[in-house]
Amino acid sequence: MIRVENLHKSFGGQPVLRGVNLAIATGEIMVIIGRSGGGKSVLLKHLLRLLRPDSGRVAVDGVDITRLRGAELDRIRSRYGVVFQGGALFDSMTVFDNVAFPLREKSRYSDQEIRQRVEEKLQQVGLSRMGDKNPAEISGGMRKRVAIARALVTEPEIVFFDEPTTGLDPILVNTIHHLITELHRTFRFTAVMVSHEIPEIFQIGHRVAMLHNGVIVETGPPEAVQSSSNPVVQQFIRGEVESTAVPQDRGVTVGGRA
Amino acid sequence: MNESAAGRPLPAPLRPIERLGGLSIDVVQSLGRFGRFLFQAVVLAFVPPFKFGRLIDRMHFIGFRSLIIVILTGGFTGMVLGLQIFLTLSRFGSEAFLGPAVALSLIRELGPVLCAVFVTGLAGSALTAEIGIMKITEQIDALTVMALSPMRYLVVPAIVAGLITFPLLTAIFDVVGIFGGYLVGVELLGLSPGTYFGEMQNFVDWGDIMTGFWKSLSFGIIVPWVCTYKGFYCGHGAEGVARATTQAVVLSSIVILVWDYFLGSVLP
Repeated sequence: MIRVENLHKSFGGQPVLRGVNLAIATGEIMVIIGRSGGGKSVLLKHLLRLLRPDSGRVAVDGVDITRLRGAELDRIRSRYGVVFQGGALFDSMTVFDNVAFPLREKSRYSDQEIRQRVEEKLQQVGLSRMGDKNPAEISGGMRKRVAIARALVTEPEIVFFDEPTTGLDPILVNTIHHLITELHRTFRFTAVMVSHEIPEIFQIGHRVAMLHNGVIVETGPPEAVQSSSNPVVQQFIRGEVESTAVPQDRGVTVGGRA
Repeated sequence: MNESAAGRPLPAPLRPIERLGGLSIDVVQSLGRFGRFLFQAVVLAFVPPFKFGRLIDRMHFIGFRSLIIVILTGGFTGMVLGLQIFLTLSRFGSEAFLGPAVALSLIRELGPVLCAVFVTGLAGSALTAEIGIMKITEQIDALTVMALSPMRYLVVPAIVAGLITFPLLTAIFDVVGIFGGYLVGVELLGLSPGTYFGEMQNFVDWGDIMTGFWKSLSFGIIVPWVCTYKGFYCGHGAEGVARATTQAVVLSSIVILVWDYFLGSVLP
C-alpha cells in the first residue's frame, strides 16, 4: 500500500503540488492522469523519493519514505522498478547489458542465471533478438520495451511507469498497454502509471486519479471517472479547449525552471 | 523578486544590497555543495563495493584517449622551449644550460600545468558532457532508483582515475618535451648531446621532480572533481549541458592556474 498524505511542493515560490492525497492498494494498477505541467511527474518523483516534499508524507507499507536515507531508503527502492519517460537506458551498454545491469549490481545470481533471466525478460517484451544492439540503434517503441524489461527483471513489487507510451504511434501504444496488462497478470505487481492516453488507459487501469492544479480532483474506477460530473475531468477526457480550466502552474518543471 | 521577507517590495535604494546579499548566499551555497561533493566522493572511495571495471574504463577514458594529444603538445612545447631558451642563452654565451632550463621549466611548471589544461579540454569536457547527458535523460535518476549510488559509479572512478593517470600523462609530457628540446637544441642548433643531458643531471634533483609530481597529483583530483560536479549539476536540455561543459573547462583551467601558483609558492 502506498499512501500519499497532504503533499505540498513548490519550486522557486511556485506551488506545483498543493496538498495531494492518494492511496494506492497493493496489486492494483493506478493510473494518474492530468494536463501537461500539472505536477504528475513531480508527484511520481516524490513516490520514488527523488524529490523531498515541502510538507506531507509518502508512506510505503506504513514507512514514511520522505524521511528515509541511506540503506533504509535503498531497501525500499530495491522493491521498485521504474520505466522512465524516455527509457533512461544507459547509452554505453547494449540492450542485453542494460537489462542485466540491475541483476549484476544487486543480485547474487551467476552469469548463467543472469543470462537466462535477461533472455526470458527480453522474450516477454518481444525483443529476444535485440540483445546485442545499442539503445541508439533501436526504435522508440523498442526502447520503451527494453526499459520495461529492465524494470521488471528484478521482479519488483511496485512498478512505476512515467508516460510509457508518449510519442508512440497508436498501434505501439496498444502493444505497450497490452504488454503491461499481460506482465501485471503474470507478476501481480503494484503499478503506478502516469499517462495521457485517453481513452486507452481506462481499459488497463484498475483505478484512475486525476491531478489538476496540484491536487487530486477525482479518484475511482475508470467507469466512475469517465462518468464524473466534475467539469475539469470531463474537459480533460474530451480534450475540450476551455480557457478557465488552464492550469495556473503550466510550464513549471522540476527545478522550478519553465 | 525585490521583496522583503514580509513580502513587501524593498525601497529602491536597498535593492542592490538585497541583490548582493542574494548573490553572496548563492556563492556560499555553491561552494558548500562543491566541497560536499568531493567529500562524499572521497568517503565512497574507501567504502566497498569498489567498481574496478568502471575505474579501468575511466582510466582509458581520461588517460589513454589523451595520450596522443599529450605526446603532440609535449613534443612541440619542448621544441618551442628549446628554440627560445637557446636563442636567449646564446646572447650570454650560456647555451650549455639549455638542457636544465628546458627540463626544469617542464618538470616544475609547464608539464603539470599544460598537461592538465590539455586533458581538461579533451577528457574533462567529455566527462562533463557525458554526465550532463546522463542527467537530462534521467539515466542518473535510473541509477538512484535502482538503489545504486551515481556518485560511486560516475564520480569516484573518475577521480581515482585522474589520480592515477595525471602523474603518468605529465611524466610522458615531460619526457617527450625534453626530447623535443633536444631535437631543436642538439639536432638543429648544434649543441652537444652530452652537454644537454649532462647539465640536466647536474641541475635537476628529486625535489624538482616531486614538485611536478605533487602538482600533477592535485590536478588529477581537481579536473575530474570540477568536471563531474558540473555535469551532475548541469541545467536543462542541450543548452544546459553545453553551458556546463564550457564552465567546467573554464573553471578547471582557472583552478589549475591558481592552485599551481599556491603550490609553487609553498613547495620547495
